[in-house]
Amino acid sequence: MSKIKILTNGIIKDNPVFVLLLGMCPTLGTTTSAINGMSMGLATMFVLLCSNVVISFLKNVIPDKVHIPAYIVIIATFVTVVQMFMEGYLPALYETLGLFIPLIVVNCIVLGRAESFAAKNNPFDSLLDGVGIGLGFTLALTLLGACREFLGSGSIFNLRIFPEENGALVFVLAPGAFIALGYLIAIVNKLKTK
Amino acid sequence: MDKKLIVSLSPHIHSGNTVKGAMYGVLIALIPALLTSLFFFGLGAFIVIVTAVLSCVLFEFLIQKFLLKQKTTICDGSAVLTGLLLAFNLPSNLPIWIIIIGSLVAIGIGKMSFGGLGNNIFNPALVGRVFLLISFPTAMTSWPLPGQWSSYLDATTGATPLALIAAGQEAGYSPMDMFFGSMNGSLGEVSAIALLLGFAYMLIRKIITWHIPVAIFVVAALMSLICGLNPIEQLFSGGLMLGAIFMATDYVSSPMNKRGMIIYGAFIGALTILIRKFGAYPEGMSFAILIMNAFTPLINTYVKPKRFGEVVKNG
Repeated sequence: MSKIKILTNGIIKDNPVFVLLLGMCPTLGTTTSAINGMSMGLATMFVLLCSNVVISFLKNVIPDKVHIPAYIVIIATFVTVVQMFMEGYLPALYETLGLFIPLIVVNCIVLGRAESFAAKNNPFDSLLDGVGIGLGFTLALTLLGACREFLGSGSIFNLRIFPEENGALVFVLAPGAFIALGYLIAIVNKLKTK
Repeated sequence: MDKKLIVSLSPHIHSGNTVKGAMYGVLIALIPALLTSLFFFGLGAFIVIVTAVLSCVLFEFLIQKFLLKQKTTICDGSAVLTGLLLAFNLPSNLPIWIIIIGSLVAIGIGKMSFGGLGNNIFNPALVGRVFLLISFPTAMTSWPLPGQWSSYLDATTGATPLALIAAGQEAGYSPMDMFFGSMNGSLGEVSAIALLLGFAYMLIRKIITWHIPVAIFVVAALMSLICGLNPIEQLFSGGLMLGAIFMATDYVSSPMNKRGMIIYGAFIGALTILIRKFGAYPEGMSFAILIMNAFTPLINTYVKPKRFGEVVKNG
C-alpha cells in the first residue's frame, strides 16, 4: 500500500464514523456543537497516532497472551496526557466533554487500529494510519456537530445564523443525534456509490 | 399498488378493499372532528389544517418525484390523512413555518425514509408531532382557548386540563365540556363525541376492528383507578380518544391479528396513564403509541398462529 493511500484511506474509504460505524458513543454523545465535536475528534486523533506509533515499536516485545492489556496501558497513558492537558489549559471544554475524555481509553477506533494496523505494520505507516483515521474521525464529528448545532440552535462554530429560539431543540438532544447521524450516513453512502 | 399478487387454483373474489378506499374511509370518519375543531378554533384551525395537509402532500410529491424517482402515490389519500392527523395534534395558534417543518418530518423521516406507505415502523403523523413537541416546547404547549373564531397567532391561551392535573390542580372543566369539546387542546382531540362518531363509522364500514381502541380505553381506565386519577377525566382529556381511535389503529404500525392488537392496545393504555402520572410531559398518548409501534414486530412474532400438523422434534 502506498503511503498516500494509507493516509487517505481513513478519511473517506474507511471513515471510522460514516463507513465503519465505530466509536458511536463519543460520536453521538459529544457532537452537540461543532466545536465540541472537533475537540473530541482532535483529542482522539492525538491518542490514536501516539498509541499507534508506540504499539508499532513495541509489537515484537509485547507477549501475545497479554497484548490487549498492554495496548490498553499504552492508550491510557496518552489519554491521561490529553486529560491533564485539557484540564489545565481548556477547563471549560474539559467540563463539557466530561466523561468522554477518559472513555477514549476504550474507544474501539483506537483499540481497533492498534490491533488491526499498528500490530502488523512499521511505525511510520502506523503514524500515517493514525493521522488518516484520526482526521476522518475529526471531520465526521465536526460535520455532525455542525449539522446538529445549526439545526438545533441556529449557529455554526458559535456564528449565529438564525435566532436560537427558532432552532429545533431535538437536534441538541440525543434523538436528534441519531437522526442527524442516520441521514449523514445515507448521504455519504449515496455520494460514495455514485 | 400496481404489483399484482399472482395466486392460482380456487376461484377468488376481490373484496373491493383498496388502500385508497381505507384511507378515504378514515378521512370521512374524521369529518365530525374536523367540523368541531373549526367550530371551536375557527380561523386558526383552518390555517393549521390547510397548511399541514398541503405541505404533507407537497413533500410526498417532491420526495417521490426528485429523490426517489418513483411513481407518486399522493392520490391514495395517505399523505392527506397524515397531514390531517398531524394538524389534529397541533395547537391552533402554531406558526406556519413550524407546521411545515412538522409535515416535512412526518413525511420525510416518518414515512419516506422507511420506504413509503406500508413500510413505516412508526405512525408518520405522530413522528411529526413528537418531533415538534421536543423541538419547540413553548410553541407546542400554548393552547388557545376555544371560541375565538377570528384569531390566529394572537389567540388567548391557557393550560389544558391534563397540564392542570399534572400541576396538582382541578381539571377545571365539567365532564360535559370535555365530552363535547369546549376545552383547550390540540385541534382534533377536544371533542370526544365527534371522535366517537368517527369510531362508530369506521366500525360499521369495517375499516378497523374494535380491539385496539377498546383495549386502550379499558386499560387506561383501570390504570387511572390504580394511580388514583379520575378515569372519566383521563379518558376524555388530552389525545387519548384521538390516539386510540385514529392513531393507534394505523394499519401499518399496529399488530396483525386480534390477540396482538389487544396486547398492543393494553400496553398503550397503561403507558399513557403512567407517563401522564409520572412523566415530565402532561400528555403521554403520542409517546405511548410510538413506543408500542416499535414493539409491534415483536408482538407479531409472539402471537403468530400455531401451524397445525408439525412434528415435534426429538432433541
